[in-house]
Amino acid sequence: MIGLGHYLTVAAILFTLGIFGIFLNRKNVIIILMSIELMLLAVNINLVAFSTHLHDLVGQIFALFVLTVAAAEAAIGLAILVVYFRNRGSIAVEDINLMKG
Amino acid sequence: MIIQAIAFYMFAAFAVLAGVMVVSARNPVHSVLWLIMAFFNSAGLFVLMGAEFLAMILVVVYVGAVAVLFLFVVMMLDINFSEMREGFMCYMPIGALVGIILAAELILIFGSWVVAPEAASAILAPAPAPETMTNTRALGQLIYTDYVYLFQAAGMILLIAMIGAIVLTLRQREGVRRQRIGDQVSRRREDVIEVKDIASGSGI
Repeated sequence: MIGLGHYLTVAAILFTLGIFGIFLNRKNVIIILMSIELMLLAVNINLVAFSTHLHDLVGQIFALFVLTVAAAEAAIGLAILVVYFRNRGSIAVEDINLMKG
Repeated sequence: MIIQAIAFYMFAAFAVLAGVMVVSARNPVHSVLWLIMAFFNSAGLFVLMGAEFLAMILVVVYVGAVAVLFLFVVMMLDINFSEMREGFMCYMPIGALVGIILAAELILIFGSWVVAPEAASAILAPAPAPETMTNTRALGQLIYTDYVYLFQAAGMILLIAMIGAIVLTLRQREGVRRQRIGDQVSRRREDVIEVKDIASGSGI
């Protein structure tokens, strides 16, 4: 019988893979953005799993808003990436120190 | 029941496999394609859980919009990806350590999750039985009533994201010939045509 724990485990593994991807691809900001998408997907699986397990629809609504924000974040992130590539000719995030932060 | 279990393990296994390939693929184009695969399998998981609407939205929004956006950016930027892979291995141990610790913790917490009996009384919006109302309809009845302001705010966020992306990437290039409608319309005959009286037999 597939229960709540199974879905939460899958979500946990996907979330960890997202973090692992950020560690692994420190130079490639495209993969970092994809890893963030993966983590948001894992969060959505968590929300939907709790929502359907507890028979409460609010979790699914929140997942919908997470999806919206993820789409907006991807659009803005990729736009910044394109502008950065136009200015510098590379997307190596390790070189980003223009603001001396 | 057994079919549900088989479907769950298939979707879960492929989602995790796709996640592994997203972070470890050599070519970012392959990464995006594996990301699409992860989204499709997660949509399958959503269907198994009974959230059809979100599964559909996941396919439409993520696969149809976000992943294609990634694909466009990856393919349009001229990037030397093999250079990007340098240092891949030296981040591997620390990344693996953090990942394994986090995964173990999360699985220990979530794998043995037990819902408290009081949780049933804290439900904000009880989901109707699937026989009486579809998931999409139930969500719609909730979003357009109780959560309508949040829904509008989500729309504003998307609008701002769209404007922001356009403002960021729009550029005025120098030396490009463009049609200037105003100049064309305001052009008058007297300004551009001159009639000269030339004596016959001589040049200008």
